Amino acid sequence: MKDIKVLGPGCKRCQAAQDMVEAAARDLGLEIAIEKVTDYAEMAKYGIVSTPGIVINGKVVHSGGLPKEDDLRRWLQA
Amino acid sequence: MPCRRDPMPPTRRKLPDMTTLAASLGQARKSQAVWFVGIAIALVAWFAIYAKLQLFSQWLVALMPIKQGTHLAASVEFFFYDTPKVLMLLTLVVFAMGVVRSFFSPERTRALLAGKREGLANIAAAHLGIVTPFCSCSAVPLFVGFVSAGVPLGVTFSFLIAAPMVNEIALGLLFVLVGWQVALTYLAFGLGVAIVSGWVIGRLHLEGWLEPWVREVRAGDVDIEDEHISWVDRFEAGWEAVKEIVGKVWYWLIAGIAAGAFIHGYVPAALLSGIMGANAWWSVPAAVLLGIPMYSNAAGIIPVIEALLDKGAALGTVLAFMMSVIALSLPEMIILRKVLSIKLIAVFIAVVGCGILAVGYLFNALYS
Repeated sequence: MKDIKVLGPGCKRCQAAQDMVEAAARDLGLEIAIEKVTDYAEMAKYGIVSTPGIVINGKVVHSGGLPKEDDLRRWLQA
Repeated sequence: MPCRRDPMPPTRRKLPDMTTLAASLGQARKSQAVWFVGIAIALVAWFAIYAKLQLFSQWLVALMPIKQGTHLAASVEFFFYDTPKVLMLLTLVVFAMGVVRSFFSPERTRALLAGKREGLANIAAAHLGIVTPFCSCSAVPLFVGFVSAGVPLGVTFSFLIAAPMVNEIALGLLFVLVGWQVALTYLAFGLGVAIVSGWVIGRLHLEGWLEPWVREVRAGDVDIEDEHISWVDRFEAGWEAVKEIVGKVWYWLIAGIAAGAFIHGYVPAALLSGIMGANAWWSVPAAVLLGIPMYSNAAGIIPVIEALLDKGAALGTVLAFMMSVIALSLPEMIILRKVLSIKLIAVFIAVVGCGILAVGYLFNALYS
């Protein structure tokens, strides 16, 4: 079970990033618990500057714009 | 230069034969050589078409049942010439800027600015504000991320003011439509306003006027692994930017060109130079005030500016209006209210507004 957080104030791109994570996890047959983080203070604590950000099991793997499909799969499988 | 090509993921190798064509097209998009050749061909075609636009618009207007030399003919010709011209320019500028921006990231910019002394850092921040990519919904995380990591408040403001004020689209369009002197002066003065305004805000020591939670939060250390960026990725980023930005602003653009075409054909020059000419001292502050509640994309405002200048409006007045429209926008203030107190927002508007006023008067004095 992977604990995934998508950081962002809820703009269109943040939703797109979340959809990408969900689709990739489904493809890989991984079980994930996904959570949206919309609180700015919370985001700052993770140290990201641009959104959407992606956190997997407490580690920031991506920030700003949409991730690349291949990278996303790699992070999820790591 | 890192040009590593990522290997195809195993799932894609097992595609059935039916989709080989699609797969090989997809593979071609991953090839650096294909991109370089494609861009070279596109550039040649771009210039060939661009050179023929004026002829094309005259030919098109001649086909229509409109009398030559009338107001209507002037308007229609302006519209049919400007629309493809501006769209083509926009595509080129946005693509180039998308590629350039792939070399920068907000995290790297923050690392460069954190803990720096004010002064030089304001200058660096204003320049980085032009090239660092961030979407508008990132304005608050960016602000908090900067301040909480020890970037001085004034330096953060220099960055945040320059980012919308010196707009690369506006710069590119001004360069071609109005001339390089004006484009360069706009760049210099835009940077100047951002640097000086940020510095002034820093001198005022207004950290206490931030929302309390912003002062308390400390940025966590972040260590994002490098997402290998190849040239193919950079070109892809440019293309993504074209799809996104051109897809979003084309209707602003058409509206702007239509307004410009109307001014071009119908508004008498005497009327405009009376209202917006260099002799009317009150026209600069009026232009700034008028610009604050107005919100338009930079792409939409440039064709209007082109037409206004044509009719004898003073350059400083017009530029002040443009800067006010794109740099002081009400929606952005509302977003920033989450981190800034009303007092701080008022100071922000006042300082930047004064800067724009100064630019307006200076331009009018220089170019009249």
